[in-house]
Amino acid sequence: MVRLETLSEAERELTQRMAQICPSFETRPWVKGPPLRQRRVAIITTAGLHTRHDRPFQLVQDDYYRVIPGDVRANDLVMSHLSAGMDRTGYQRDWNVVFPLDRLREMAAEGIIGSVADFHYSYNSSRAKEDSTEPIREVAGMLKKDKVDAVLLFPS
Amino acid sequence: MLGHFIEEEGVPTASISLIRLHTEIIQPPRALWVPFELGRPLGPPDDAAFQRRVLLALTGMFEVPDGPRLEDFPEEEPETTGEITVLACPVDFAQDAVEPGETDPLQVAFRREMTAMRPWYDMAVAKRQRTTVGVSGIELEALGDFIYAFIGGTEPDNPRDDIPLAYTLKFAVEDLKSYYIEGVTAQPGQTGASSQVLTAWFWDETVAGKVLLALKKVCQASTDSTMSMIGDHAIVPGDVALRQEN
Repeated sequence: MVRLETLSEAERELTQRMAQICPSFETRPWVKGPPLRQRRVAIITTAGLHTRHDRPFQLVQDDYYRVIPGDVRANDLVMSHLSAGMDRTGYQRDWNVVFPLDRLREMAAEGIIGSVADFHYSYNSSRAKEDSTEPIREVAGMLKKDKVDAVLLFPS
Repeated sequence: MLGHFIEEEGVPTASISLIRLHTEIIQPPRALWVPFELGRPLGPPDDAAFQRRVLLALTGMFEVPDGPRLEDFPEEEPETTGEITVLACPVDFAQDAVEPGETDPLQVAFRREMTAMRPWYDMAVAKRQRTTVGVSGIELEALGDFIYAFIGGTEPDNPRDDIPLAYTLKFAVEDLKSYYIEGVTAQPGQTGASSQVLTAWFWDETVAGKVLLALKKVCQASTDSTMSMIGDHAIVPGDVALRQEN
């Protein structure tokens, strides 16, 4: 469980150190939208997922994200996240642990959400604030073209 | 951070938060803190009802009138087992099991263990209709020898031309871990094993774990900066490496 009191001393220290470099923002953007039952939903994951035949992630300049098609099947996805410590044992049994597309498809079929997007997106890991702005805005532009009005962000 | 920039561009977002402290600083537009393990933003595997409740709570945040909003998911991840389950290794790895003429007991035991794990892995793939093995692009039959070649002092040719050898090795390592975890969780009584049980089993009880601990040292000693970085950070989890050193 990710409660600070349950982490080891080393993990707590790392969490505190990472807090020092968390970005903060002066603005508080807030976009309204239609009722949930009318919304078109997309997933963005930072678990380093991509389709089996896509390029694996590396720590290289100008390589930020992968596109995952909306009709992807569970066996089409693999993970090339570079972290050795990230727990993959849940994902190895059930992709919905990090990429809950089955659940979203069910919710769309039941009318809880309007629809599921044609494209989803995957990052390898967090990037520095100034390094990430343009690629994220690029993805935002793609989301708008896909008429997405609800993005679900899943960290790793 | 993603939420902030995407919302600035006019698209509403809602995030899962795994570390509340960080989310309190970043203050994304909508965030649902969940008390789950890192790597499991939706909670437990194979529990559709639980995952659905997480998603309903998260998507429900699109209905709140203003923000930024940080809410707490009210449920803990269910305990998968009440006790630590011992996962039986499928073969005897004792070094005296090495046949005459075979000179590297670790490699022999590694090959045998991989072979013995195969029926469980095949069963897992058949049951789940998927596998997470394959990111390296190396065939399963060649995976063990590819990894072991580094330990044996013979750096193999890179089977890929799109990424450096160090990355191919890193992804082969992840394929190996996936092969074992997918396989062992198909064994009787292990479908609900926790990540702690599985991680401890892999690193403390399998030959593959010993091979990767040896591989880490080989990579760290490499003069190739990418290979040494992979050795430092991308093969063995930090807490496992620390525990092994102590």
